[in-house]
Amino acid sequence: MAELTYREAVARGIAQEMARDENVVFLGEDIAKAGGVFKATVGLLEQFGPKRVVDTAISEQAILGAAMGAAMTGLKPIAEIMFADFIAVCYDYIANEFPKTRYMTNGQVSIPLVVRCGNGGGARFGAQHSQSVENWCMQFPGLKVVAPSSPVDVVGLLAAAVRDPDPVIFLEHKSLYATKGEVPDGEIVDRLGVAKILRPGKDATILALGMMVPRALQAAATLQSEHGIDCEVIDVRSLVPLDTQCILGSVARTGRVFTVEENPRQLGWGAELVSIIADESFYDLDGPPIRITTPNIPLPAADALEDLAIPSVSRVVETIRRSLSA
Amino acid sequence: MNVLMPQLGETVAEGTITKWYKAVGDSVAAGDLLFDIETDKTSMEVPAVAAGVLREIRAQNGQTVAVGAIVAIVAESGDAPPGPLEKDASGTRPQLADSPARDSAEPAVSGGTSRAIDPYHGLRTPEKNFGKARLPGGARTTPLARRLALESGIELATVQGSGPRGRVVAADVRRASLSGGSANATMTSSEASPDQIKALYTSTPYRELKLDNMRKTIARRLSESKQQVPHFYLNADFDVEALIALRKEINKGGTNRVSVNDLLVKAYALAMQEVPEANVVWAGDRLLQLERSDIGVAVAVPGGLVTPIVRNADTRSLLNLANELAGLIARARERKLLASEYTGGSATVSNLGMYGVRSFQAIVNPPQATILAVGAAERRPIEAKDGTLRATTMLSVSLSVDHRAVDGATAGKLLAAFRTIVENPLRILL
Amino acid sequence: MANKLAPSPPTTIHGQSDAIEIPLTKRMEMYRLLSLLRQSEQRAYDLFLQNLIKGTSHLSLGQEAVAAGAAAAMQPGDLSFCTYRGHAHTLARGVPVEKVLGELMGRDNGLMRGKGGSMHLTSIEHGVMGSYAIIGAHLPIACGAAWRAQYKGHKDVSVCFFGDGTTNIGAFHEALNFAAYMKLPVVFVCENNLYMEYTPIADVIPVKHPAADRAAAYGLDRIVVDGNDVDVVYQTMSQAFARARAGKGPSLIECLTYRYSGHSRADPAKYRPAGELDKWKELDPIKAYRKRLGSLGVQNDKLDAIDAEILKLIDDATKACQAAPPTSTDILFTDVYADGGCAWRN
Repeated sequence: MAELTYREAVARGIAQEMARDENVVFLGEDIAKAGGVFKATVGLLEQFGPKRVVDTAISEQAILGAAMGAAMTGLKPIAEIMFADFIAVCYDYIANEFPKTRYMTNGQVSIPLVVRCGNGGGARFGAQHSQSVENWCMQFPGLKVVAPSSPVDVVGLLAAAVRDPDPVIFLEHKSLYATKGEVPDGEIVDRLGVAKILRPGKDATILALGMMVPRALQAAATLQSEHGIDCEVIDVRSLVPLDTQCILGSVARTGRVFTVEENPRQLGWGAELVSIIADESFYDLDGPPIRITTPNIPLPAADALEDLAIPSVSRVVETIRRSLSA
Repeated sequence: MNVLMPQLGETVAEGTITKWYKAVGDSVAAGDLLFDIETDKTSMEVPAVAAGVLREIRAQNGQTVAVGAIVAIVAESGDAPPGPLEKDASGTRPQLADSPARDSAEPAVSGGTSRAIDPYHGLRTPEKNFGKARLPGGARTTPLARRLALESGIELATVQGSGPRGRVVAADVRRASLSGGSANATMTSSEASPDQIKALYTSTPYRELKLDNMRKTIARRLSESKQQVPHFYLNADFDVEALIALRKEINKGGTNRVSVNDLLVKAYALAMQEVPEANVVWAGDRLLQLERSDIGVAVAVPGGLVTPIVRNADTRSLLNLANELAGLIARARERKLLASEYTGGSATVSNLGMYGVRSFQAIVNPPQATILAVGAAERRPIEAKDGTLRATTMLSVSLSVDHRAVDGATAGKLLAAFRTIVENPLRILL
Repeated sequence: MANKLAPSPPTTIHGQSDAIEIPLTKRMEMYRLLSLLRQSEQRAYDLFLQNLIKGTSHLSLGQEAVAAGAAAAMQPGDLSFCTYRGHAHTLARGVPVEKVLGELMGRDNGLMRGKGGSMHLTSIEHGVMGSYAIIGAHLPIACGAAWRAQYKGHKDVSVCFFGDGTTNIGAFHEALNFAAYMKLPVVFVCENNLYMEYTPIADVIPVKHPAADRAAAYGLDRIVVDGNDVDVVYQTMSQAFARARAGKGPSLIECLTYRYSGHSRADPAKYRPAGELDKWKELDPIKAYRKRLGSLGVQNDKLDAIDAEILKLIDDATKACQAAPPTSTDILFTDVYADGGCAWRN
């Protein structure tokens, strides 16, 4: 057991899979010699050499296209798109190529690849380097979308993503890179499509992802100690595949559900989850499902403004407290 | 072969013929221009795909026809690429003008278990509804409160709401349920999952029995009845000394035997004729008052219970009724009853006397309005009119009544009429 | 102000056709391919006129020499990446006509049982790694396949066909840069048929040759060839493949050719100047090749017999497709994910 940062967990997870399987290769901008702009891939070039850890030009379409061509002919590439926002410049692969090829070819082609991105805000990077893009990816049948919130999940879910036969978008949260957590020694392999109940509770269910997970946990602690409200906190972890049963089971126990989403309100991941809950769990609901999100604005750069925009612990506490009181 | 209006672009539904290069009777070679067409998107020359003679032009210059319609017929000569076969399954049904030929056949949905998600719908929507969010009095309820209320037999209208804007929430229903009311013990079990129940019995060996359809039906119908039908109960003790004696007399030496139950069924059927306002069934927004006395009889069968109906029990002779009932019971035990033989009726007789049960209350079998629960006949001392004690054979009965359909006084009249017949049993033979 | 490309015979920079030494058996194989591609596309057009082919389709009529010459130069195991104008390239790798026509007609015997359609023909077993309908998308993908070959020490070459219109999209430049600095075994083949979709390429670019004039930016040779001369295409491709297999990196080849039909079936191509089509039909690749084979002593009736044999093949395929049932509806929900289904949640 060792205490690792989320950042170190990324390199540990990639190294674990590259050491295991020669077909795992890694490409992206500044990932090799520079060790990544977030320093999440330090040491990989030294360990695995320039044939397997490949620095590319600033050329996102080449990165994702090459990853796809390699994946469909036998490799298992990990491609890094530095900031998740840059998915927009290579969206063709996310929207048209990765998710549809297996279907269009009647199952002839598999694309086992992982696209890693630095996702999310809180780093004062402004509107084009801070977005949470889960919903840019989860809308396409054929893609899988994962977002870990802790170092141990980074290692385990990354391993599961690399071993998965489908294309997986792996959204690391850039404001979590410095956070720490215990990571067991030895090989760690998790499963995609399994949510985690991080805190059991009976009064309300809180669904969170990425950086919103620690905030949700903190909010639950405050709600318990100051208001006597006992919240169950679920780290959704994997949006596709989605562990609906875990979520619906929790709602059946608590009767209330809140999502905590970093994305702007319109069509965030929580909207899809709430629509499922509203239908299938209708007669388990003792009040409206409520989404706590960033407002419908681009993210500002200044810290005072960004902190107002992204759901904070106190906003989560206040929203849930108010909603549960008469 | 048929010359069709081609699909000039993916979004085009019709085209207009603007020029014919050939006339009827002209010979055409493959590749020869036949006609020009124009659509809202483009225009184009259409060549012949096979050689032959232009036999017929169906769409003249200026005519607009649907994509896929036949515009001309070329009689083929010599070898030509095969044209569309008549049996062409892709459905370019040749037709003129109004509707573009499109295949709209819905693909078959592959079947699945109830756990599988239908990909068209994408959800497992609850199959049951639990009533409206707004109660007749205007109070609002949450979906969970409605479900809990129905499952625990709580009348929501009587529950005070504590939620936002007075909404009745789950906690209100749970409180009402705990504080008595009509809450019953099934609430806990209906809320608990099988796993939760099993967890209570981990230290005890047990066997799991699957529910068959009969068991499921009994559970559902009787839960609904107990929760939705407002029951009340009338109890009475009858002197059946004369009835027992009459039965003995009838059965003496004869091959035809009747049971006490046969006599009671007939007596009840006659009583219903005397109190026709009790011979009713509840039909939601109205009552149905029956002319005949169709009486159900509860019959225990392996794994459950059925209630075959003796039709016209009031007009049958006693022997005829006894034979009819014996046949129904035999077929019920073999599970060979037709649905028409156990549906309908306005009342049921349930007899547990053979188990020494003195009395019990039965659950009304909707849409019937009454059910008569009959205990064991037994010798009991009673006080005679002169104040002395004497022993006689007594029978305890209990009448369960759907208060929506029958009120207390009516039920009382019915029970009194029944008593008169039972205690003066010769009327049964009339 | 743009340099209008004259519809005259293009300058052959690579491969002087008169000097090319190609065995007669290879030449007969290429004639066969030319005939197959021409007649198959013609049949696709006829079936479209009969509404037996729905949706869209993009024909290669007039451009057959590129697909035939390239395929003849490829070895088993080499990988083709095509565009939505991919019927010819797919057939040229040996995919049966019935499979292709069946796919176009939405029949159960189709190459992908109707799930892809005309624009996405794919047959992994024939090395046809897909037909890509988003302009430029497959150039980086071909790079990836070539990267795998380089990484694993495999000797196959990835060949990527695209039109002149592709040369101005970002992915073209990203792929050329990636392939060139990685020295990947990939051959980029631009089929310059003078028109992007409806607009002449010459109207929108500042250079004469949309692909070749950009090659220098990636340290590659400037190669423009007569794409209607199958021998020239064959020889140029052979040289590029040899270079790729030798680890010397990619090639970018611009083949000048001409599209007889419109961009897609909805396009009657009325934007072309009068007479242009007729001039190019004089340069028809099949007509020219028949002449060359004649000069090499091959009798016309031998070529006619090949044409007839191909026609029968296509007729048989057409009949098989018409007799085939429509695509089975039970595949609507299959193969979205690797588990074979479309479930995304439990």
